Amino acid sequence: MCTLEKRGNLFILTLTGEDQHRFNPDLISSLLDLLSQVKAQATCGSVLITQAQGKFFSYGFDLDWAKAAGSERGAAKRLQHMADLFKPVIATLLSLPMPTIAAITGHAVAAGFTLALSHDYLIMRKDRGILWMPEVDIAVTLPDYINALFKEKIGDASVRRDLFLRGLKMKGDEAEKRGVVKAAYDGEAEVREASVCLAENLGKRKWNGEVYAEIRKGLYPQLSAILGLSHKVY
Amino acid sequence: MCTLEKRGNLFILTFTGEDQHRFNPNVIGSLLSLLSQVKAEATRGSALITQAQGKFFSNGFDLDWAQAAGSEQGAAERLRQMVDLFKPVIAALLSLPMPTVAAITGHAAAGGFVLALSHDYLIMRKDRGVLYMSEVDIALTIPDYFNALFREKIGDASVRRDFLLRGLKMKGDEAEKRGVVEAAYGGEAEVRQASVRLAENLGRRKWHGEVYAEIRKGLYPQLSAILGLTHKAY
Repeated sequence: MCTLEKRGNLFILTLTGEDQHRFNPDLISSLLDLLSQVKAQATCGSVLITQAQGKFFSYGFDLDWAKAAGSERGAAKRLQHMADLFKPVIATLLSLPMPTIAAITGHAVAAGFTLALSHDYLIMRKDRGILWMPEVDIAVTLPDYINALFKEKIGDASVRRDLFLRGLKMKGDEAEKRGVVKAAYDGEAEVREASVCLAENLGKRKWNGEVYAEIRKGLYPQLSAILGLSHKVY
Repeated sequence: MCTLEKRGNLFILTFTGEDQHRFNPNVIGSLLSLLSQVKAEATRGSALITQAQGKFFSNGFDLDWAQAAGSEQGAAERLRQMVDLFKPVIAALLSLPMPTVAAITGHAAAGGFVLALSHDYLIMRKDRGVLYMSEVDIALTIPDYFNALFREKIGDASVRRDFLLRGLKMKGDEAEKRGVVEAAYGGEAEVRQASVRLAENLGRRKWHGEVYAEIRKGLYPQLSAILGLTHKAY
């Protein structure tokens, strides 16, 4: 499922196990719970790293759980339900009073890619793993907050078109080159080390967490509005 | 004027003749009619290519027809009329249930550039033809839906500034480098071949057309709103 540990100033949120780390209502709830803990324990110099074990960062919503509803309509309702439950997770990340890093050592797909993109910095593997929005291939539309996230986080309209309208499976090299991730490294250990290194450097700046969060919300105003986050305008 | 042919899964919309393919009410009416036909005959695997014969893709609205009104006020009214008539064409392209490719083998200026930019992928010549927004040079303001299209299709604010505030005539090389077009090729035949190849590759994905169109509208929400396109938010 997911665990939280503290290492000095670093909060490390880990999706544990060798599975696809699919988001079903239980896992989403755990995530929300752990992020609330992170927020409650935040101090000047805190930083969050979100990471995962195994071949997957996360493959997105639990479509098996959705299909277990037994009908097409039931499945659609369950999918909608997960999309609704997931929205506060993204809202919490967007308003977290500290810098955030996604250490992507495996595939980040659909809601999994969305979770990663909700962090301030993305670090990825060059040699393994892809970023992918398969919705066009499986003929499902995207929730409004996911549209807004991608729009405000990825400035390059061609990249967004390639991800959403072409179902492009983007590897680390291309993701780094096209500005989707901050950096890509060869190997799992290198990604984890680089994430910790970046986290420590960001933590050293000892930013005021509340102000940091306000500035972040101001960077992504449409997303913040859709997520229902109020923004202290200057 | 303009013709529509079907080649396997490809719909090919062609501006015929060696003229500037200016948009007057008749041409706009034809365009709208042909796009409705494309929509009606759409199936999984369909793709649209819009192309033109001669030295011009299109040089935009028919300003001669506007001026033939005989007075400055009359001309302004005729121009406004064309702007209003053209809006549904852009709306039809934005909601077309299939991937769309603009094969730009000649100059695409003002409304002509807007038409091209309303496609999912732009392929252009390297050796001939420019993309140009002439409005600043002829002292015309930009319609709201033109602005929204540029804002949401071209992420680079400097590129948008160069087009709209500088009247930059952008050749294929620069357009490819700066991300305005997907690719530029040396020669008319190469552009047409590349467009067909791309359209066929996209068609092979056999995307669900209605969902494809919904995802596209979600990618360009402000433009969709201005065009009056409802969007099935998830």
